[in-house]
Amino acid sequence: MPRKDINLPYKIQYLSILDENGKLDKKLDPNLSEDLLMKLYRAMVLSRKFDERMLTLQRQGKIGTFAPIKGQEAQIGAVAVLEPDDWLVPSFREMAAELWRGKKMENILSLYAGYNEGGEIPEGFNNLPVSIPVGSQTLHAAGIAYAIRYRKQKQVAMTFFGDGATSEGDFHEAMNFAAVFQVPAIFICQNNHWAISVPRSHQTRSKTLAQKALAYEMPGIQVDGNDVLAVYAAAKEAVDRGRSGEGPTFIECVTYRMSVHTTADDPKKYRSEEEVEGWVKKDPITRFEKYLRDKNLMDDDQVKATEEEVSGEIKEAVGRWEDFIKKTPDPLSMFEHLLEELPPHVEQQREELKAEQAQRKGGK
Amino acid sequence: MAKMTMVQAINLALMQEMEKDDGVMVLGEDVGKDGGVFRVTDNLMDKFGPERVMDTPLAESGIAGFSIGMALHGLKPVCEMQFSGFSYFAMHQLEAHAARLRGRSLGRFHVPMVLRAPYGGGVRALEHHSESREAYFAHTPGLKMVIPSTPRNARALLVSAIRDPDPVIFFEPKALYRAFREEVPEDEETLPIGKSRIAREGKDVTVISYGATLHSVMEAAEKLEEEDGVQVEVIDLLTISPLDDELFSESARRTGRVVVAHEAPRSFGAGAEVIARLVEKSFLYLEAPVRRVTGFDIVIPLYQREMDYLPGVNRVMQGVRETLDF
Repeated sequence: MPRKDINLPYKIQYLSILDENGKLDKKLDPNLSEDLLMKLYRAMVLSRKFDERMLTLQRQGKIGTFAPIKGQEAQIGAVAVLEPDDWLVPSFREMAAELWRGKKMENILSLYAGYNEGGEIPEGFNNLPVSIPVGSQTLHAAGIAYAIRYRKQKQVAMTFFGDGATSEGDFHEAMNFAAVFQVPAIFICQNNHWAISVPRSHQTRSKTLAQKALAYEMPGIQVDGNDVLAVYAAAKEAVDRGRSGEGPTFIECVTYRMSVHTTADDPKKYRSEEEVEGWVKKDPITRFEKYLRDKNLMDDDQVKATEEEVSGEIKEAVGRWEDFIKKTPDPLSMFEHLLEELPPHVEQQREELKAEQAQRKGGK
Repeated sequence: MAKMTMVQAINLALMQEMEKDDGVMVLGEDVGKDGGVFRVTDNLMDKFGPERVMDTPLAESGIAGFSIGMALHGLKPVCEMQFSGFSYFAMHQLEAHAARLRGRSLGRFHVPMVLRAPYGGGVRALEHHSESREAYFAHTPGLKMVIPSTPRNARALLVSAIRDPDPVIFFEPKALYRAFREEVPEDEETLPIGKSRIAREGKDVTVISYGATLHSVMEAAEKLEEEDGVQVEVIDLLTISPLDDELFSESARRTGRVVVAHEAPRSFGAGAEVIARLVEKSFLYLEAPVRRVTGFDIVIPLYQREMDYLPGVNRVMQGVRETLDF
């Protein structure tokens, strides 16, 4: 027969465990310990509050442009599956995941206040720094995962990126390399529906982003990205698959960027208030809190106590950051870490700046 | 000692470094079974297997980004761009990440990778197979840019590049791949990155060059000695970035006359930086304007006309004579 159907036995699943009213699908419950549930809740609240604090600091002119994370806090469910020596390969909207993995709030503030010192990697964690060029970091996760496999280690590399990144060549190359070499990489797509002003529907005609995995013969799943339990469950499956040598996984987390793209952006220009309102009802924290209340793990007092506790923590971090700035960090540090050894001509340029500084201090 | 072509010498470096260190990996398009389109990676896959000598999907940015990842997790990838003309796909990964991850992570991570690519004209190739764009890479802080000129120094520099803790772009002058043989010691040999060499001693004029053009310069120097009785000193840069400005400055102060020769376009090329350093460091010693003998500021033509484009022996001789006559 010259022309017939090729049977490709593929299906794409959608996973939701905790619905927007906080109602649990018991059959799908990943059965997390109470301790972990409470930790996840606290971490999500901390991320939300810190995000809000950063926005205030930005509006006050104390820090520069940053990409708020509001609405995407359930990403913590994915990194909660990881061990510290697993690799986190983030883009620029993974503050919640970074905090979970040891990133100091004062360093985040320093970074967005324009100090390279904020790039400090938390001790004991394999976290790559924030990567701004969209989608480019996904290749690093693929390469890291190959090295892990080559060294016969049990780690995995988990990379985050947005819906816009699925239009980038590097994303496709990373998916392809990861699948061809069957490496323990986990691709977490934060489909927050907007790449600055361009909606998800303009990035691709595909009905789901998850189905992009199929072209690479990679398992792909779409999950409710505002449901921390679904995100956790899907990530757990993917991480287990990676650790047991069964290759990479793609997870599309359907979520929403409830705030601006960055603080330099005004979303009113391109999206409606109604759309945002619709997503407020699907807030990842509200539903999780309701679930915990229903489970009798949480009450009004505890909610208040948690909020006060994280606010205190944020206040302390802001204090440490202000101390750092008061110490007027040395601009000469810009010459550090270019290469292992600074070449003579750059050393000379460092001396030029040093002389200029001395002149400024000494003269008028 | 065995007489080797540059292809064989580079292969020897890879072979020995892979034997020595099981973290050294080779990856790229057709580098495995085929041994590379120039056979530079011949027999490596047989010896080290497909896990360490990887035929990758056809995607240059992918190869570079994947290599960065491997390097971050402690391996030493030596990736190949089949031709430097296709390395621009990888440029973003190199500029945005390979060159910056050490700094961005405050030294917690570094990227000890090598990106090898055949470059330059003179082999009657197709479009995109003959250009000389080392300046792009040399202009990027955080990258090192190395260009060997003989089999022996290619081997020694590649060993150093592989052992270097930072990303090294290693451009191989493909016109020299099989142009001549040279004794290459079996025993380990390295050359420091960031150091140039005197390829020929002379007292009347200094010609600074690198890569395939160096050989036109050497021939021109012989002829000038025969025909004009002029003694030309030739400096072979070997590393474009970080540039060793000590050796050529010292030479320029002795001879007072300098010509810079390379096949890359003249404007904003490596020669421009060399001259800027000379002006900064040795201005008062110069007795004539520094002349550039280079490719033209045009897209390199297809091969019927590439010999007219490339700075050959005659053009170098003319440049030297004009500098001496000033």
